[in-house]
Amino acid sequence: MADQIDLLQEQVQHARNNNRKLNIVGGGTKAFMGRTADPDADTLSLGEHTGIVEYHPVELVLTVRAGTSLAEIEAVLAEQGQCLHFEPPHFGEASTIGGTLACNLSGPSRPWAGSVRDQVLGVRLLNGKGEHSRFGGQVMKNVAGYDVSRLQAGAMGTLGVITEISMKVMPKPAATLTLVQDMPMEEAVGYMNRRAGEPKPVSGACWVEGKVYLKLSGARSAVEATAEQWQGSIMEDGEQFWRQLQDMRHAFFADMDTPLWRFSVGSAATLPVMEGQWMMDWAGAQRWYRGEAELSDLEPIARASGGQVSLFRGGDRAGEVMHSQPEALKIIQRRVKQSFDPDGLFNPGRLYSWL
Amino acid sequence: MMSKAKANKAQLAELFRSFIEPEFVITDDETLKPYECDGLAMYRELPLIVVLPETVEQVQRVMRICHEHEVPVVARGAGTGLSAGAMPHKEGVVLSLAKFNRVLDIDPLRRTARLQPGVRNLAISEQAAPYGLYYGPDPSSQIACTIGGNVAENAGGVHCLKYGLTVNNLLSAEVITAEGERVTLGSDGLDSCGMDLLALLTGSEGLLGVVTEVTVKLLPIPEVARVIMAGFDSIEKAGDAVGGVINHGIIPGGLEMMDSQAIIAADDFCGAGYPREAKALLLCEVDGTEEEVSEHIAEAEALFRELGATSIRTSKNEQERALLWKGRKSAFPAVGRISPDYYCMDGTIPRRHLAKVLLEMEKMSEEFGLRIANVFHAGDGNLHPLILFDANVPGEFERTEAFGSKILELCVAVGGCITGEHGVGVEKIRQMAVQFNDQELQQFHDVKAAFDPLGILNPGKGVPSLKFCQEYRSLEHKQHRHEQAGAHHG
Ligand SMILES: Cc1cc2nc3c(=O)[nH]c(=O)nc-3n(C[C@H](O)[C@H](O)[C@H](O)COP(=O)(O)OP(=O)(O)OC[C@H]3O[C@@H](n4cnc5c(N)ncnc54)[C@H](O)[C@@H]3O)c2cc1C
Repeated sequence: MADQIDLLQEQVQHARNNNRKLNIVGGGTKAFMGRTADPDADTLSLGEHTGIVEYHPVELVLTVRAGTSLAEIEAVLAEQGQCLHFEPPHFGEASTIGGTLACNLSGPSRPWAGSVRDQVLGVRLLNGKGEHSRFGGQVMKNVAGYDVSRLQAGAMGTLGVITEISMKVMPKPAATLTLVQDMPMEEAVGYMNRRAGEPKPVSGACWVEGKVYLKLSGARSAVEATAEQWQGSIMEDGEQFWRQLQDMRHAFFADMDTPLWRFSVGSAATLPVMEGQWMMDWAGAQRWYRGEAELSDLEPIARASGGQVSLFRGGDRAGEVMHSQPEALKIIQRRVKQSFDPDGLFNPGRLYSWL
Repeated sequence: MMSKAKANKAQLAELFRSFIEPEFVITDDETLKPYECDGLAMYRELPLIVVLPETVEQVQRVMRICHEHEVPVVARGAGTGLSAGAMPHKEGVVLSLAKFNRVLDIDPLRRTARLQPGVRNLAISEQAAPYGLYYGPDPSSQIACTIGGNVAENAGGVHCLKYGLTVNNLLSAEVITAEGERVTLGSDGLDSCGMDLLALLTGSEGLLGVVTEVTVKLLPIPEVARVIMAGFDSIEKAGDAVGGVINHGIIPGGLEMMDSQAIIAADDFCGAGYPREAKALLLCEVDGTEEEVSEHIAEAEALFRELGATSIRTSKNEQERALLWKGRKSAFPAVGRISPDYYCMDGTIPRRHLAKVLLEMEKMSEEFGLRIANVFHAGDGNLHPLILFDANVPGEFERTEAFGSKILELCVAVGGCITGEHGVGVEKIRQMAVQFNDQELQQFHDVKAAFDPLGILNPGKGVPSLKFCQEYRSLEHKQHRHEQAGAHHG
C-alpha cells in the first residue's frame, strides 16, 4: 500500500524539463497491445503506486490507486460478496486497474454488465504539465464538467497518468449456469441475439469451435427455470470456461504466432468467412479472427458491419494497429491530446502513429 | 486575435433563409418569446434568431455560417432542462431540433434504435414495445424531453441504478461540430478505437457539438416488475434500509425515497394510499423473471421489516404498481399545490451520508425560513430537494437561491457533487468553483477549445471563467469571515 504521487509528479517534471518521453507502465502485462512502445522513452512505472483508498460495499463504490493489481482488488471485493462486473481480462498476476482502464478491456459479460468505461465514476490524473487533478467523483451520478474519467478508457495512456480510479462495483450473482450446444457459426449469430432479446438472466453468449455457449446468472430460481426452458446441456465446468475466455487462455488464443484481429461490430452482423479461425463473443458484438491479413483490407469489412477492427496481438506492430480515424476526428483527438499533454510526453505513438 | 466583422440580425436571417424555409427562421420578438427559457424559467433571454432546420445538411450550414461570423449557437431539444442550459444567448442563434422527431430504425434482433435527436424519450420505448424491448433511461420528464437533450445532459431516471445513465445506453452519435464538420462518434459495436469522444460528448450540455442522430441500445422488457412501498418513522431507518437491500445483493430496478412533506402532498394529490404518518417512504421496485422477482421481493420485505419499517405494502398487479408509483411520479406538481412556487435542486451524495445531509438541510430550512420537500433517487444518492417559496414576496427568490447554493455546497462537502442529472447550465455555474479548482476548470476549457476553438457553442454555460471563480471564492471567503466575526460579536 503506497502513495507515490510525489515521485510520479517528479518524474513527469523531470521528463518535461529534459525533453524526454515517457512510457507509462502498470504491470506491463499489456505490452503486446497497441503499437510498439517508443524505445527512446523512459519508463514511468505505476507498479508501486498501489492500494485501496476507499471502499464502502454498501455504496457499491471502490476507490483504488491505479497500480493496484486486479487480483488484489478482486480478492478484497470477494470478501464482501462483490465483484468487478465487467470481468477484466488478467494477462498475468501483475495486471493493474490503471492498465485495464487505459486499454478499456472487458470480459464476456460486457454487453450486459457494461465495460470498465461504464463503471468508472472518477479518476485522478497527472497531466503533461505535471498537474494532478481530480475529475468525476465517487457517486453514481455526476454531470458537473466534462467526463474526463471515461475519456481515459481506450486512450492507452496518451492523455496522462491515471493515478486513482473510483468505480462502481456490483454484488456477485447468487448463481451461474452455462448451457452448451452444437451449432454452426452462421446459425449462432441469430440464435445468440434472439436469446439476448428475451427477458432472461443472460450474462454471456459466445460461439467457439462449433459450439454455442450461453451463461445465465442471477437468482438461483431464475437461472434454473431458464435453463429448463432453453435448449442445450448444462456444462459441468462452465465457470472455468468463461474464466478462460475472460483471460484469453482458451485454446482458441493459444496460437501466438498468427496475428489476432478483433472486430467490434453490430452484434447481428454477418461477416464474410475468411480463411483463418473465428470466434464470436458478446452475442456477436466482439469477433476474434486469427489469420494473416492487412488492416486496410479488414477495415471495409468492419465498416460494412457497422463497426471497427484492430490488430489485437501479433502482426506488424510498428504500423497502425487500430481502425483508422476520419480526418475530422483525427484533428479533434490531436487537439484533445494537446490539451492534456502539450509537450507530447506520454506514450508517443502507442495508440496511433499520429498521436 | 482580431474578430471578424459580425453579421447583423437581418444579414444572418437572410443567410439562413437562403436554405431554410423562411417561416422556420424566426426573428420577431413575439414568436421568439416561447424560446426565451427552458424549464428553469427564472433565467430568461430573448435570442437574436431561432432556426428550425429540417435536414442535417441545413444544421451543418447553420453551424458553418455561425462559425464564420462567430455567432453563438444554443442547441435546443424540448426545453425541459432545469439548469438554464438551453437559455438563449442574446446575440446568438437558437438551433431547435424540434423537426428531427423521427425514429429512423428499430432493429429488434440487434436490439438498437436509430433516432433523430428530437425524438421524445418515451416515444422510443413506445415504438420498441411491439418487439418486447424498451429504452432504459427514464427521466421523469420523459413524456416531453428529447433524446438529443438526454445525451447533452446525460439524463438519468428511476432505472439508473440498475440500467445506467444515458452514457451507458448509447452506441453512437452523429454530431455537427462547431466548425460545421459532420462526424460519427462511437459505432454499432460496443466500443471503438481511439479516444472515447462519445463519452466526452455525453453530458457536455451542448458545448462540444450538435447531436443530429443517435443510436441507442434497447433492453428486453422484464417479465414482471413489482414494487414494495415501505414507510419508516425516521429518515435514518429508511436510509439504512436502502443500504440494507443493496448490501443483500439485490439491485432494484428503482429505489426512491420521499420525506413527510412530499408523502402528504403526493397522497393528497392522487390518493395513492401512502402512510401519511411516516417520516420517510421507500418505493423499491424489483424487476426480472417471475422467479427472481418473487425471491427478491420476499427477501426485501423481510429486510425492511427487520430494519424497522412501520408499514409495508407490495403491489399484486400492474394496476396497484402504477398506483404506488403515481404519487412519486406526480410529486412535483403535488408539491406545487402546497406552495405558490418551488425550486428543484439537484445534487448527489455518497449514500451513507443521507441522514446527515437531510437533517442538515432541515436545519438550513429553519435558518432560511423556507420549507423544503424531498423526493429523490435514493438508490444512487441523487437528491432533489424542492425549496418552497413565493415569488411574489420580495426577496424570497433570492433567499431560495442562497439556500440552494448552500445545499449544493453541502453535497460537495460530504464527497458528492453539484449536479447528478440536470447539468450546470447557467444555474450552477457558481458552484463549479466549489467542486473544482482552477487547474481542473482550465482543463475543461482546454477540452472545450479542442472541439470549439472560437467558443461559439452555448457560451457562458457549463464551465465558469477562472476570473469569475476567483471572485466568487474570495466573496465566499469574505462572507465566511464576516459571519464568523458576527458570531463572535453576537
Ligand atoms: C418535471 C421535470 C422532471 C425532470 N426529471 C428529470 C430526471 O428524472 N432526470 C433527468 O436527467 N432530467 C430530468 N429533467 C431535466 C430535463 O428533462 C433533462 O435534462 C432532459 O435531458 C432535457 O432534454 P430536452 O430535450 O428538454 O433538452 P433542452 O432543455 O432543450 O436542452 C438541454 C441542454 O441540452 C442541449 N441540447 C439539446 N438538444 C441538443 C442536441 N441535439 N445537441 C446538442 N445539445 C443539445 C441544450 O443546448 C441544453 O444545454 C426533468 C425536467 C422536468 C421539467
